[in-house]
Amino acid sequence: MTTMNAVLAAGGPELHPQAAEGVQSVAWLLIALPLAGAAILLLSGRRTNKWGHLLGTAMSLGAFVVGLLAFFQMLGQDAEGRSRLVHLFPFISAGSLKVDMNLLVDPLSISFVLLITGVGSLIHIYSIGYMSHDPDRRRFFAYLNLFVAAMLLLVLADNYVGLYIGWEGVGLASYLLIGFWQYKPSAATAAKKAFIVNRVGDFGLSVAIMVMFATFGSLSYQDVFGQASQASQGTITAIGLLLLLGACGKSAQLPLQSWLLDAMEGPTPVSALIHAATMVTAGVYLIVRSHAIFELSPDAQLLVTIVGVATLLAGAIIGCAKDDIKKALAGSTMSQIGYMVLAAGLGRPGYVFAIAHLIAHGFFKAGMFLGAGSVMHAMNDDVNMRKYGGLRKVMPITFATFGLGYLAIIGFPGLSGWWTKDGIIDAAFEKGGTSGQILGWLALIGAGITAYYMSRLMFMTFFGEPRWDEDVHPHESPKVMTVPLILLAIGSVAGGAFLILGDRFAKFLAPVVGEPEAAHKLVTPYTAIVFALMVVGVGLAYVQYLRRPVPRTAPAGNPAVTFARKDLYGDALNESLLMRPGQWLTRLTVYFDNRGVDGLVNGLAAFIGGTSGRVRRVQTGFVRSYALSMFVGAALVVGALFLVRI
Amino acid sequence: MNLYVPIVVLGALALLFAVGSVIMGSFTGPKRWNRARLEAYECGIEPTPQPVGGGRFPVKYYLTAMLFIVFDIEIIFLYPWAVAFDHMGLFGLVEMVLFIVTVLIAYAYVWRRGGLEWD
Amino acid sequence: MTPVYMAAGDIPTPHIEYGRLAPVLIVLGAACVGVLVEALAPRAQRYGLQVLVSVVGLVAAFAWTIALGIGDQPHHVAAMGAVGVDGPTLFIQGTILVLALMSMLLIAERRHEDSPFTAQASTVPGSPEERESLVAGLVQTEIYPLVLFAVGGMLIFPAANDLLTMFVALEVMSLPLYLLCGLARRRRLLSQEAAVKYFLLGAFSSAFFLYGTAMLYGFAGSVRLSEIAAAISKQGGDEPLLLAGVALLSVGLLFKMGAAPFQAWKPDVYQGAPTALTALMASCTLVAAVGGVLRVFYVGLETLRWDWRPMMWAVAILTMLVGAIVAITQTDVKRMLAYSSIAHGGFLLTGVIATNKAGLSSTLFYLAAYGFTTVGAFAVITMVRDAGGEAGHLSRWAGLGKRQPLVAGTFAFFLLAFAGIPLTSGFTGKFAVFQAAMAGGAMPLVIVGVVSSAIAAFFYVRVIVLMFFSEPLADGPTVSFSPATATAVAVGAFVTLVLGVIPAPALHLAQSAANQLFVR
Repeated sequence: MTTMNAVLAAGGPELHPQAAEGVQSVAWLLIALPLAGAAILLLSGRRTNKWGHLLGTAMSLGAFVVGLLAFFQMLGQDAEGRSRLVHLFPFISAGSLKVDMNLLVDPLSISFVLLITGVGSLIHIYSIGYMSHDPDRRRFFAYLNLFVAAMLLLVLADNYVGLYIGWEGVGLASYLLIGFWQYKPSAATAAKKAFIVNRVGDFGLSVAIMVMFATFGSLSYQDVFGQASQASQGTITAIGLLLLLGACGKSAQLPLQSWLLDAMEGPTPVSALIHAATMVTAGVYLIVRSHAIFELSPDAQLLVTIVGVATLLAGAIIGCAKDDIKKALAGSTMSQIGYMVLAAGLGRPGYVFAIAHLIAHGFFKAGMFLGAGSVMHAMNDDVNMRKYGGLRKVMPITFATFGLGYLAIIGFPGLSGWWTKDGIIDAAFEKGGTSGQILGWLALIGAGITAYYMSRLMFMTFFGEPRWDEDVHPHESPKVMTVPLILLAIGSVAGGAFLILGDRFAKFLAPVVGEPEAAHKLVTPYTAIVFALMVVGVGLAYVQYLRRPVPRTAPAGNPAVTFARKDLYGDALNESLLMRPGQWLTRLTVYFDNRGVDGLVNGLAAFIGGTSGRVRRVQTGFVRSYALSMFVGAALVVGALFLVRI
Repeated sequence: MNLYVPIVVLGALALLFAVGSVIMGSFTGPKRWNRARLEAYECGIEPTPQPVGGGRFPVKYYLTAMLFIVFDIEIIFLYPWAVAFDHMGLFGLVEMVLFIVTVLIAYAYVWRRGGLEWD
Repeated sequence: MTPVYMAAGDIPTPHIEYGRLAPVLIVLGAACVGVLVEALAPRAQRYGLQVLVSVVGLVAAFAWTIALGIGDQPHHVAAMGAVGVDGPTLFIQGTILVLALMSMLLIAERRHEDSPFTAQASTVPGSPEERESLVAGLVQTEIYPLVLFAVGGMLIFPAANDLLTMFVALEVMSLPLYLLCGLARRRRLLSQEAAVKYFLLGAFSSAFFLYGTAMLYGFAGSVRLSEIAAAISKQGGDEPLLLAGVALLSVGLLFKMGAAPFQAWKPDVYQGAPTALTALMASCTLVAAVGGVLRVFYVGLETLRWDWRPMMWAVAILTMLVGAIVAITQTDVKRMLAYSSIAHGGFLLTGVIATNKAGLSSTLFYLAAYGFTTVGAFAVITMVRDAGGEAGHLSRWAGLGKRQPLVAGTFAFFLLAFAGIPLTSGFTGKFAVFQAAMAGGAMPLVIVGVVSSAIAAFFYVRVIVLMFFSEPLADGPTVSFSPATATAVAVGAFVTLVLGVIPAPALHLAQSAANQLFVR
């Protein structure tokens, strides 16, 4: 025990994973199965149209089974034996550059594996029904499988290169999935936006990896975390901030949040998959996995918490103003991930709640997104909540499961969200000092707003008078869609208690993130405040949206409402900060590239016309300007060399 | 730095000469425009007939001139070898044969493909 | 100073190691045989004979290169020290030969139309004579020996251990390329203009190279790289003559690489030249040029690195940014790849600047990886055809993924490799080069590199989106299939994949080649 304490004092437990045995030694199957599914579905063409979706689902379920077996095997091992290394092959090995492609099966990664494959499989099953009329269903399942495979690689890799490959892989798959209905221009634009915003984050991650390699000479978690304490404070902070930038991109945190709302253009199971179970949680995973780095840099940690709190408030405010059910849920997702990021920035007491909230959120948010899909299915794909109302009678199962998810997210005592979110708020207060107080109170306020906007969504959709369009005849969805909803609802109800009661999850994760200093107190003074704020939020929504009739068209709101409806002007900000300069740059390059201008203006015409005369005209005498540019360049080169001497 | 003075002087002289002769020419030279001045320069011989009204330029004169230069340079290479023939021995002979064969290959190509025919 | 007048007896008998020079000699010999074929063989048989001679020559030279590389580390000079035969050189030469062989598949392609090259170069574009020559089915078979001469020059260029040999190699490699650029079958004017531009600017840059050589000779009293290095360490690097010489020499070398600000020729020439030849230039010429740059900066100017590094930093940064940013506005697919090639030149320079073993080996690996990808990509371009030849304009590629998923998918794969997405050779190469630069302390360079590859990803992805997410054109281009081109595409894709997934063997090869650096 003394050695354990010494290790903890040095900044978290060191990883000394042993070689994997048993089922865990074939953990590569977790990735290989969905990857094979994607490959078969994509390469086989139309031949597999009939059974392709079943194959995809089977592959995902197969991965889930492997994950479960590995999990049970892990439970049978003592704390030291829970981190296991699966050696695959040396990926890059040249001189000082050595990257072994290993998988790391430990409590943290297995938690994600179960979440990804479990929720992922349910989404697969649900999609069988939801996409049954889509001619491209096979391709959809191929992308889903690809997504699952990439995400599993992301969480299972034992080094940052593997993580990066998975990271890019989920980006690619999400790009393909969001743009799946590409005949909708908005979907194509949204896909591009997701891709571009994510490039910014990926840039941070890739530079962080380079810096880590330069500093530590290796990229495996074991080496990086083991040597982290020897690096200079500045380097560690730089790495931390760059990793945070990466996390912000993937997890839609401020200031890179804008893609998430637009990404709602994809088919609904995609939204559930991306927004609940997998992609957006990658950032939280990255921060928790790299905790050894963040713990060495209080500055980076503080920034993590600030980003988390800012996003949780921004997301909640956006959620209040949206009439589009999917976008309201997306705002809510931003907000909930803000909670997780906040927790991840709080240090050791926070990690457990970050991951626990992540898992609980995976259940209830996936349930609600799929529930929203079920509702849309019933309402002829209309997403405007102002045209819903009174659906609880015609869609009882959807209502019940959605309602349980709703109670979980607003933190109704006893349900998942209550256990995990209160834990995060407590941890914020426990941080101590002014910053702890500020973070704690802001998180509290966020909880109140959450209750308000979720109640608003609930009341507008399921309660009140029907405000349906005339040709809409809502009905309950088929079994293949409702069964996953029920399973997810069970998770929403019981998941939190299961994880938090008796510090079960904390003990499970301890080999990775370290033992929390004190046992978690279930009831604190803040519990009452949270509950009171929740009641206020629900009550306010009740007064506004249930006592009064909801107008079918959105009333013109005050500036604050407009502000929230416009996603807090996130797009306008992006436009002026990123897009405009980009456009100027493009124009500038056009100006310098003469042929580019001709190409743009004449290109098509010249191509079609194809007359030599026109081509000749396009092609007159740039060679002297080229020669001049060379001459100037040569003068600069000469000048540069002499300048160095002086 | 003294080392570079001659070079700088030489450069200045060269510049002076180039600029000076252009200026001198424009002042002193007679300006009698005639057809011959606009014709292609082919070492003073009557130029090969140009197409009426401009257009493509026959290059057969230049082709021949170029071939002449190729063989001219071959001779230049042969000359020092001839001087050092004894000293170089077999090695020199083999190298020179290789060199001449290479030029002969080009010669064969030119010959067979009509490069030596004027019309 | 050596006396200018020498008696006959003073000339030392040189010795030439034919065995070590054999790869170069075989290629140049095959070129001479090709000239004889032109001279002596009847017209109908020339095509078959020429292809045979070229392929046999390239394969034999490659086999000999392998034989030289096997066994103990080659670390020799040949031909009185004028040519180096060492690990990095053999690696570069082997790469050039394989890539030339792949390009030869495209050059010899006759399935799409009679030949990618013009029927008779001497006819005026669009004239009745040209039409006649087309109808008569004439073929310009001189292209094969010309390509072989160019490849021969490329083989000598990175091996040349003195600046004069290097200059001769530069000209041997460039002159045939100038000519070949103007021989496109379609869009002749564009092609001829490209040739003239390339020639004029190339001559201009050669002058810089030569002037730099003269100055370095003035400084060191020798054109041999090792003696220049010795003179620098003896006299220090303060001489203006030396610095000016280094600068002008760099201009000549960087021009061949297409590094900014000497990149202007590249888009025009790549677009105008016959695509098969563009493939050769984008792969082999770049490999040779970078090889030459490596040798000059690693052997001759290594001791002066603190002086040229800032300049090369600036060039590398400018090159990466210009390549990545200007590419965004391109609408012609070949032109876009030309800018991409410029950007890749910048990435390669980051490896050069490292001036250590890791820098050398990663640059070698990057060269091989990029070469295969780029030949494959240009091979795909030759396959996608309209009535008027290749469908060059990007708008014509819209929706290709829906009609020809395999071809478009392969092209998308190449583009992803250019963008440096994991599991392609492009990722491994960039990773290796950047880490070498980082180890050499060039952190800002790496950041610019990562930023510009992020920018570059936009236009690659734009093409992918265009191919897969746009509606196909009603009169869209067709895909012309032929075994030879398909082989080139398949080899390119296969190598790109293998070097991305299991790069270790190739990295080892590059590393062991770079183990002893260049011979001095």
